[in-house]
Amino acid sequence: MLEVKGVHFSYPSGVEALKGVTLTVKNGEFLAIMGQNGAGKTTLVKHFNGLLKPSIGQVLVDGVETTKTSVAALARNVGFVFQNPDHQLFSETVEEEISFALKNFGYDAETVEKRITWALNLLGLTEYRKTSPFMLSGGERKRVALASVLAWDPQILILDEPTIGQDHQQKENLRQFIIQLQSQGKTIVIVTHDIEFVSECNPRVLLMREGKVVADGAGKEILTNPEVLFESSIVLPQITQVFIKLSSLGLPKNIIDVYEARDVLLKTLEAKQG
Amino acid sequence: MSVFDGLKFRRVYSPIHNLDPRMKFIFVIAIFVSAILFYQIIPLFALFLIAIPFVFLARVQKQWIRSLRGAVFLAALIFLSNFLISAWTSGFKITAPMIESAIALTLRFVVLVESFSVFFLTTSPDHLGLALEQSRVPYEFSFAFTTAVRFVPVLAEEAQTIMDAQKARGLELEKGNFMKRIRNYVPVLIPLIVSAIRRSLELAEAMESRAWGATKKRTNLYALKLHRGDYFLLLITVLIIVLTVYFRYFTAIPTISQFIK
Repeated sequence: MLEVKGVHFSYPSGVEALKGVTLTVKNGEFLAIMGQNGAGKTTLVKHFNGLLKPSIGQVLVDGVETTKTSVAALARNVGFVFQNPDHQLFSETVEEEISFALKNFGYDAETVEKRITWALNLLGLTEYRKTSPFMLSGGERKRVALASVLAWDPQILILDEPTIGQDHQQKENLRQFIIQLQSQGKTIVIVTHDIEFVSECNPRVLLMREGKVVADGAGKEILTNPEVLFESSIVLPQITQVFIKLSSLGLPKNIIDVYEARDVLLKTLEAKQG
Repeated sequence: MSVFDGLKFRRVYSPIHNLDPRMKFIFVIAIFVSAILFYQIIPLFALFLIAIPFVFLARVQKQWIRSLRGAVFLAALIFLSNFLISAWTSGFKITAPMIESAIALTLRFVVLVESFSVFFLTTSPDHLGLALEQSRVPYEFSFAFTTAVRFVPVLAEEAQTIMDAQKARGLELEKGNFMKRIRNYVPVLIPLIVSAIRRSLELAEAMESRAWGATKKRTNLYALKLHRGDYFLLLITVLIIVLTVYFRYFTAIPTISQFIK
């Protein structure tokens, strides 16, 4: 469980990036943090594994205050995949890249081997086991970065902009993958601008603006609220836009999912014909 | 990365910022050469003091102190290695001159860091490029130079992000003995180098697609001109050179231990 209590944070340059953020993420929850550039999203999630420590307030991971422990100790429970895979890839082979964290955490050789195979398989990278990560495409490098974190099976997974540079198929895979992790009881936090991706996943949504939380609730509520989204420079999901424009025909405004939309439309059509 | 902070230019207006970069550069080089020529504490300390009024006139004391703080580790390393090697070659008979020369060599390094930090803190990359161009350096070279200077803070920031990313994967930079600690930086350095190379290739492509080098003869919107302050700085520089040559070659400089006796 992640608990953020009245956190303020200022960078050494004097910029106050967080101005009193409070939230709780329960185990097994799927949270999407959204907001315009510079809203403090990445700054906030960097507090979750102790990379940044609050200037005022507290961050607790499973009851442990982040100021009282090290990033390495927190990292065992909190996996953090950075936005740009090139900021972490350094090994000669994909296999070694994945083993890096496992060795840091002191797993024995047999477990390391098992975990590598498992992670490669999970992300469809088995064929690249002995390839240099630098030879892979952008999307593949991103998956290697993800595999290198998933390999140690952290309870909480933080993904910073996971959909950037991924084609539609990869995004769909990622979505399936998140659902799978969620069914195993993992906590997932994503930071993203990709409203379509979020609307397909329908997680809890936290909207941030200028270092503050402006909205926090079910995706279906927040993603269909034009006023709140407009303030955060976010455009409504396309399907919601259509339904809002058609609301004069008696259609509901709070639709974010394509399948739900189809059901509603079919029902309306049937009612007319019937 | 705080050493790099000391090289980061911030746009401030002060008499020092307005000086001609060419004069400032000659001044820094004069200090540099003097620092290399002397190996006694007294003249090196005098050189150290010369730059201080510039720091305060330019109001960059905060950044300047940060860059010196960043140099502490290397300075300590220089002191230790000099001291140990001279102690070792003399069979571990520690004498006052030995300590003094180790201090002097450390001071020399501090003077070099100090003067270059003042130069880079008070000179914008644009001015620097302009100065190089007006000194007849081919534009390709001056451009490469200014770009390199401009990218130092970008790289420093990137190094921080990479360190964060690796820490999040359980890397502990401060763990282990000396050799292990150096090896700990491999996962930071490789991504840094790779991304610097990628960035430079992208920059080259972006420049070419914007017709870089299409005209052989370039003109500049601003031209550098020497003002009264610049001649004054030149005077100080000449004075430093004259005094250096005089004290270095025509007098015997006492060491501190001789001074006390």
